Amino acid sequence: MSLEIIVFYLFAAIVVFSAFRVITVNNPVFAALFLVLTFFTCSAIWMLLEAEFLAITLVLVYVGAVMVLFLFVVMMLDVNVVPLKEGFVKYLPVGLFVGVVMLIEMVFLITQRYFRDADFPPPPRMTDADFSNTEMLGRVLYRDYLFQFEIAAIILLVAIVAAIALTMRRRPDTKYQRPAQQIDIQRADRIRMVTTPNASADTARPEGGQS
Amino acid sequence: MIGLSHYLTLAAILFCMSVVGIFLNRKNVIILLMSIELMLLSVNINFVAFSYFLDDAAGQIFVFFILTVAAAEAAIGLAILVVLFRNRSTINVADLDTLKG
Repeated sequence: MSLEIIVFYLFAAIVVFSAFRVITVNNPVFAALFLVLTFFTCSAIWMLLEAEFLAITLVLVYVGAVMVLFLFVVMMLDVNVVPLKEGFVKYLPVGLFVGVVMLIEMVFLITQRYFRDADFPPPPRMTDADFSNTEMLGRVLYRDYLFQFEIAAIILLVAIVAAIALTMRRRPDTKYQRPAQQIDIQRADRIRMVTTPNASADTARPEGGQS
Repeated sequence: MIGLSHYLTLAAILFCMSVVGIFLNRKNVIILLMSIELMLLSVNINFVAFSYFLDDAAGQIFVFFILTVAAAEAAIGLAILVVLFRNRSTINVADLDTLKG
């Protein structure tokens, strides 16, 4: 049994266990943390598949951004956990039935008929020390998939605008600046010239003259 | 030697667990979103495995785009969740019957 097999089974066991904890744990904070563990271990499995750039991207994007967003929202919302769990036992039989049937069907397809290992031999190892997975991905992405890449950028932009537009609210008692009115102001709006009758007498009075 | 079927089986197990998670946690929108993320992750494992065993970079490019769309989906879903909690003070799916559907 080679080291690669041991590493694969270890990480696969961690992935399955943590995914199981995600769907069964009571507290949503723990569910988010187990989801972090799932993504992290999955990136290790992608390392086994020599997809280094995507493995690092998974850690950066998911563990670094999406799961922090999840944790932020879970901790910000003061959720009462108990009523959210009330249908757990009720839906357990039908959920298990559907899941197990789907799993049996999929595993049957994978192992029996179509995706046998003999039909998919592993590719020759990249013995070239200078081979870079990132460089290869970049060449394909920017040469063959440039249009799709730009569409992905637009999707992200739409997501930014939508998330901000959804969560932004204007409170009626908050004071806002109005830059147009600030720029449009005239001298006469701010300054009023007054003439006091004996201004010359007031200024001519010496300091401390009240005593 | 680890073959393609090992990775496909792992992804199938992960996918089925997330389907069961949707059944079990159908009151809790947060766990539902997490189950959808798990589903996307299992599909991504399939793409990366096929990309490796067929020696084709297109699978990894597709994973790249799936990650993009999944990040956008998570951001918008959580934004909807925050607005929902602000208006209704609950994230229980059973209480969200405003539309009487």
